[in-house]
Amino acid sequence: MRTKDLLIKNAVPIVFAALSILLVVASQMDPLFLLQEVITRLSRNSFLVLALIIPVIAGLGLNFAIVLGAMSGQAAVIMITHWMTTMPADNTMLAIFRWQGGLGGFLFSAIISAPIALILGWLVGKTLNAAKGREMITALMLGFFANGIYQLIFLIGIGTVIPMTNPRMVLPGGVGLRITVDLFNPVGRPIRSIGGALNNLILPRIGMIRIPVVPLLVVAGLCLFIYFFMRTKLGQQIRATGQDMYVSEVAGIKVNKIRVIAVMFSTVLAAWGQLIWLQDIGTLNTYASHEQVGMFAIAALLVGGASTKRATIWNALIGVVLFHTLFVVSPVAGQRLFGQSQIGEYFRVFIAYGVIGLSLALHAWRTKKL
Amino acid sequence: MWKNLKDFVLGLGIPRLTIIGFLGFLFAVAFATGLAIPPLIGDSLRRVGMAGIMVLAMLPTVRAGIGLNFGLPLGIVSGLIGALISMQLDFTGFFGFFMAVLLGIPFSVISGIGYAWLLSKVRGQEMMVGTYVGFSSVAFMSIWWLVLPFTHPEMIWAIGGSGLRSQLSLRNHYGQVLNNFLSFEIGGMAVPTGLLLFFALFCVILYYFFRTKAGLAIDATGQNESYAIASGVNTKRMRTIAVVMSNVLGGIGIVAYAQSYGFLQLYTGPMFMAFPAVAAILIGGASLRKASVTNVVVGTLLFQTLLTISLPVTAQVITGDITEIARLIIANGMIVYALTRGSGKGGR
Repeated sequence: MRTKDLLIKNAVPIVFAALSILLVVASQMDPLFLLQEVITRLSRNSFLVLALIIPVIAGLGLNFAIVLGAMSGQAAVIMITHWMTTMPADNTMLAIFRWQGGLGGFLFSAIISAPIALILGWLVGKTLNAAKGREMITALMLGFFANGIYQLIFLIGIGTVIPMTNPRMVLPGGVGLRITVDLFNPVGRPIRSIGGALNNLILPRIGMIRIPVVPLLVVAGLCLFIYFFMRTKLGQQIRATGQDMYVSEVAGIKVNKIRVIAVMFSTVLAAWGQLIWLQDIGTLNTYASHEQVGMFAIAALLVGGASTKRATIWNALIGVVLFHTLFVVSPVAGQRLFGQSQIGEYFRVFIAYGVIGLSLALHAWRTKKL
Repeated sequence: MWKNLKDFVLGLGIPRLTIIGFLGFLFAVAFATGLAIPPLIGDSLRRVGMAGIMVLAMLPTVRAGIGLNFGLPLGIVSGLIGALISMQLDFTGFFGFFMAVLLGIPFSVISGIGYAWLLSKVRGQEMMVGTYVGFSSVAFMSIWWLVLPFTHPEMIWAIGGSGLRSQLSLRNHYGQVLNNFLSFEIGGMAVPTGLLLFFALFCVILYYFFRTKAGLAIDATGQNESYAIASGVNTKRMRTIAVVMSNVLGGIGIVAYAQSYGFLQLYTGPMFMAFPAVAAILIGGASLRKASVTNVVVGTLLFQTLLTISLPVTAQVITGDITEIARLIIANGMIVYALTRGSGKGGR
């Protein structure tokens, strides 16, 4: 009986684990290559997925608006990269930015992005409070809306309202940022930006596999932080708000304020998560890097067995491993099984959207039954 | 009189006033910089006709109390199947167009019934679930576009010989048939009469539908469910009818859209098509709970005119394409505004 309960409770991750194993077998992929990919992606994406947990516990559902956090992170990266590529060589700030292979610049962008993310998070929280019961769709639309503002600032604003001359980053016409900005720091060349700032600090090799130790440690640190934070007074208030807003209000918790705080936390974490993601990728797709952040993070969390009401650290970590295994192997499996890798590509997009849709539907269904 | 006008203006709300103001401003700039305005209006009319039916698809679900149909892409991909079959069978001209519409309807009805069933299970979260039903149906059909056994050489990839192309030209089939029907030009303004008539036809049908017994029952379901049940309305059935209607209109809408655009867009093409339609009806004065044919017509006119004229007008003043950005900000801003407003039943 206990085993049966356990199976039912973890049905989603079990199904996806089975699917992953099937596809891994079908793809006949080199297991070492796959392991490398999964470890890289675990270090790259976990922080963003973990950023979703607090709003879920606060009862706001899946925070699609972490896109705004990602934008704050990117704004900071754009500033830092601009300074690092234009400052005169004898500038002290530049020396700080270049400290430890760009770690200084990375930490500095973390500091700059925080206030931006806090302000945006506050705005998102206020908006979501005005749309109680419809938080998720509102957050999703807010993400799209913010994307418009983001493009307005960086595609039209740069070079017209915001003075910026930097041929490395600005489009040839002098208006708007380039579609891609290179953050990568090749070995032996001067450090230009934050690419690899965390990864390259300690990068041991075990056999053929490179392990980015520092990002993994940061993720572990965040897990611990969330674990202990949820046991503080504020954490308990967040949990109570998520369980029942009205009871909490009566018990003297300022529910609206708590909800805004939860969103602000999530937004700042998302900004830092995006920084970790970008330093790993090494290229900023100025107008695209942030777009899919919300969807992929949420899909990963749900694959890990979370719902719109319940999410744990383990859901996030297991979800990242399973979702990204699927992500890596499905084009290869599509190629092997159907002779078309495109089928696999569309299949993984379908999985990402489908798992979100299914989980939302299942959850809404269950709540209705209660 | 003065008070009525004041009430009317205040009732429009800040976003709508901003949009109307912005539109007026764009026209003023166009006039001042000597842009030829009639072609712009002609273009706007064409785009109103293209988008109109998909905006109309929002009406039944709002009236039935389900909210805005963010799952519109489901109807769109169903309609696309009909359009593809008509193309495969080499139907051309008006016959091709109407066959595309008719062949799509069974698919939209079937998928609509399934969609309605799902929505009935997720009351209160219809819009969120709908959004992802739309997204996943587009992703799901992308797989099928690759494997369905279409063989017409104009439809499949020239290299490899299988899988549908991402853009199918309708030039040799039924492209522009509605647009060219009875079209005429006045002072540089091309009027796509057939397209506008087609849109108007559906407006009239929906207008009168909501005066029939079934239409009133849908209204009653949306306004006060327990009252509707008490007066003997089968609310579950009414909600299903509304969703199926919306889905079918989405399917017809995409065929009308594609014949004017000249291409069928497959794969990720329909992914984000629900949002402009949702935004348009909201700009026209609808809310999550109330909408009318007038809202649809006014909203589509305002939104599409704004999108059409913003590119040539802003190009006169600044460099860079601001249309896409304006579309993102206006459409999504309007939707966020509407979501934070009013007495949604989701408010618990």
